[in-house]
Amino acid sequence: MTSVAATHDVGHAAHAPTGIWRKYIFSTDHKIVGIQFLFLSLLFLLLGGLLAMQMRWQLGFPNTPMPGGGILPESMAPGGVILPEYYIQLVTMHGTFMVFFALMPLLVGVFANFLIPLKIGAHDMAFPRINMASFWVAFLAGLIMLASLFAPEGAARAGWTMYVPLSARPDLSGADLGQKLWCVSIVVVGLSSILGSLNYITTIINNRAPGMTWFRLPLSIWSLFIVAILGLLALPVLSGAAIMLLFDQTIGTHFFDPAVGGQALLWQHLFWFFGHPEVYILILPAMGMVSDIIANGSRKPIFGYHSMVFAIIAIAFLGWIVWGHHMFMSGMNPTLGSSFMISTMVIAVPSAIKTFNWMGTMWQGNLRFHVPMMCAIAFVAMFVIGGLSGLFMAATPVDMQIHDTYFIVAHIHYVLFGGSLFGLFGAITYWFPKMFGRMMNERWGKIHFWLTFVFYNLTFFPMHILGMAGHMRRIYDPTQYDFLKPYQPLNQFISVCAFLLFASQAIFALNFIISLFRGRKAELNPWQDNGLEWTLPSPAPHGNWERLPTVYRGPYEYSSPQVEEDYLPQSRKLPTDREPAVLAGAVP
Amino acid sequence: MRWWLPVQASSFAPEIDGLFTAILIITGLAFFLVEGSMIWFLIKYRARPGRKATYTHGNVKVEYVWTAFPAVVVIALGLTSNHYWKQIKGRDSVPPNSYPIKVHAKQFEWLFTYPGPDGKLGTDDDITEVRNKLHVPVNRPIVLEEESEDVIHSVFVPAFRLKQDAVPGMHIRAWFIATRPGEYDLGCAELCGMGHYKMHAKVTVQSQAEFDAWLAKAAQGDIE
Repeated sequence: MTSVAATHDVGHAAHAPTGIWRKYIFSTDHKIVGIQFLFLSLLFLLLGGLLAMQMRWQLGFPNTPMPGGGILPESMAPGGVILPEYYIQLVTMHGTFMVFFALMPLLVGVFANFLIPLKIGAHDMAFPRINMASFWVAFLAGLIMLASLFAPEGAARAGWTMYVPLSARPDLSGADLGQKLWCVSIVVVGLSSILGSLNYITTIINNRAPGMTWFRLPLSIWSLFIVAILGLLALPVLSGAAIMLLFDQTIGTHFFDPAVGGQALLWQHLFWFFGHPEVYILILPAMGMVSDIIANGSRKPIFGYHSMVFAIIAIAFLGWIVWGHHMFMSGMNPTLGSSFMISTMVIAVPSAIKTFNWMGTMWQGNLRFHVPMMCAIAFVAMFVIGGLSGLFMAATPVDMQIHDTYFIVAHIHYVLFGGSLFGLFGAITYWFPKMFGRMMNERWGKIHFWLTFVFYNLTFFPMHILGMAGHMRRIYDPTQYDFLKPYQPLNQFISVCAFLLFASQAIFALNFIISLFRGRKAELNPWQDNGLEWTLPSPAPHGNWERLPTVYRGPYEYSSPQVEEDYLPQSRKLPTDREPAVLAGAVP
Repeated sequence: MRWWLPVQASSFAPEIDGLFTAILIITGLAFFLVEGSMIWFLIKYRARPGRKATYTHGNVKVEYVWTAFPAVVVIALGLTSNHYWKQIKGRDSVPPNSYPIKVHAKQFEWLFTYPGPDGKLGTDDDITEVRNKLHVPVNRPIVLEEESEDVIHSVFVPAFRLKQDAVPGMHIRAWFIATRPGEYDLGCAELCGMGHYKMHAKVTVQSQAEFDAWLAKAAQGDIE
């Protein structure tokens, strides 16, 4: 470290803003931006859950007044009974809010922002103002999407996949302004993602601390890096498609309207070319953070670090050539279906490698069952179910039966709820002390974990049975069909479990809020982790480090024979360690 | 309520169910292997004071094995699936002697057109626009000629394991052989608007003689 750099460092820390406005609202501090994303996306998670509860009421107890439904206007639920046109708005907006405004910002907006500079040893993001802009653009997108709920004819109602021509023609969908606002909001949220991704990629490439080589990066950072590349390449495709759809709706173009020479399947190709990389955007960050937590909880180096990195890259690469598996029944050329089937099957291989490596990490470990570790184990257990059920729909002949049924609903929720959301519960609990300087309550964390784990499985596992029977997705009233009538008790059971699952989340919310103010004060390194962020005070100060740390080893040196303790921080210099060569052009 | 797939009422239902069962066995084994050994690890290697975890970064040989094994299994599964896929959905899989029925989908009903005595669609003797009633003779290849008037719909008969989207601007064929006389449900599997949930039709599988009699009545407009 040169003296010039040291002066610069001191200067940076001295720049810490003091006013509330610059410190908490329009902040360029990556940690504050991450925390802003956290509060915003947890609110959207709650909203998405509320929408799901209304759907479950209607499916379990069709055409009966919903408790509390009286507050909804006549156009949605007269007398508390949900109308079909409101039901498909619920379907659409639940998916939209959960994917674009809850999971994606929770996984990327929160943790890419919060973790990248802390874990690579940087003062902040490469472009702090662009970073601030990415939050406020996302906030704007969220406002637009919320506003669409209050459009005169109601919100968008063509499913979160927004298939044309239904989404393009108000005369067919019954929604006009709501559909348009959906497109506008998606373009804006895409812009936010692009701004964020550019920043994450640039920061990881350029701002790593001395000694932080590529293969000393934690797997959380590797997966966020790959996800940023996916986001940078995938979101523009969705934005482009949404702009085309908006033009079809507003200025009379006919990209997607077959009645006048457009192509209905073109939308599906564009949407899923974005959409499949998107589902990896929604799982890879959780995989990365879970890897960090499992190594920590097992007190053991991650098993097969390099193959974990290559598996992330392989999943991301294969993710670009599997989109057609969403379209096996669409009338797309069946020969194309064959090749998409093979590429989809092959993606099971890197997923299996990751699973086996997590197990290899736990094998002969010294397992500590703190709340983040329990959530990480649940992530692996549930991801295995979600991954294996994917093989059924990858096999095209079997997909004929289960495509567009509740089997798919079960699958996506095993991956995104059982997988990503459990990973997030773990990650939030794990990094909460570094965000807020206090610990979340351990006992209530465990109670929340067990209730969620039980009711989650009771809610989503039976959906496989419904799907096998042929229970279609997105239908308002299953009792319309003779073949589904015998399954109504199962639908009721699922609904009751879903209500209990939702209610259990109150424990998390209360634990989160109360711990913010009353939680036990966190010490420097409560989990005895090796990462650079744990050498900083809790909460981490503005600018992070007075002097940037130097990195001497990888992030998973647990139970190393070199030291007495069972962990060995990345920046701790042992007598045998040599100073790393300073990277040419590295920002100190 | 069944805890398994619905009754098998078409020629390829047994093949699809067989494939389903095979995948269930493979994934079931993987499930118990993974979850079982994980639970075992959780108990056996739980933290105890004074013990340190084994310090290891992995084992390349083991990793080769658990990469190669799933790869072989899924590629074999893919090739097997593709064999049936080509038989069921391949462009040239429709048997040449198939009996054609036109399916015209629109919000929110199915209109079926049956060929008249000449056995061909698009001629003057067609029996047009039979609403929400699909009758088919048993044990005879049927080919549905699907088209849609407005948005994307999807023909779905769970008992036949048959699903095929009807896309506006496209003409899509889907064939099957019904093997079990009876009455079945046909639903729309693709969200097509407000009335998506009630876009259903009844499928009746009957003997050729019964079918001919019904078709004669249909030609008189005498089936409501």
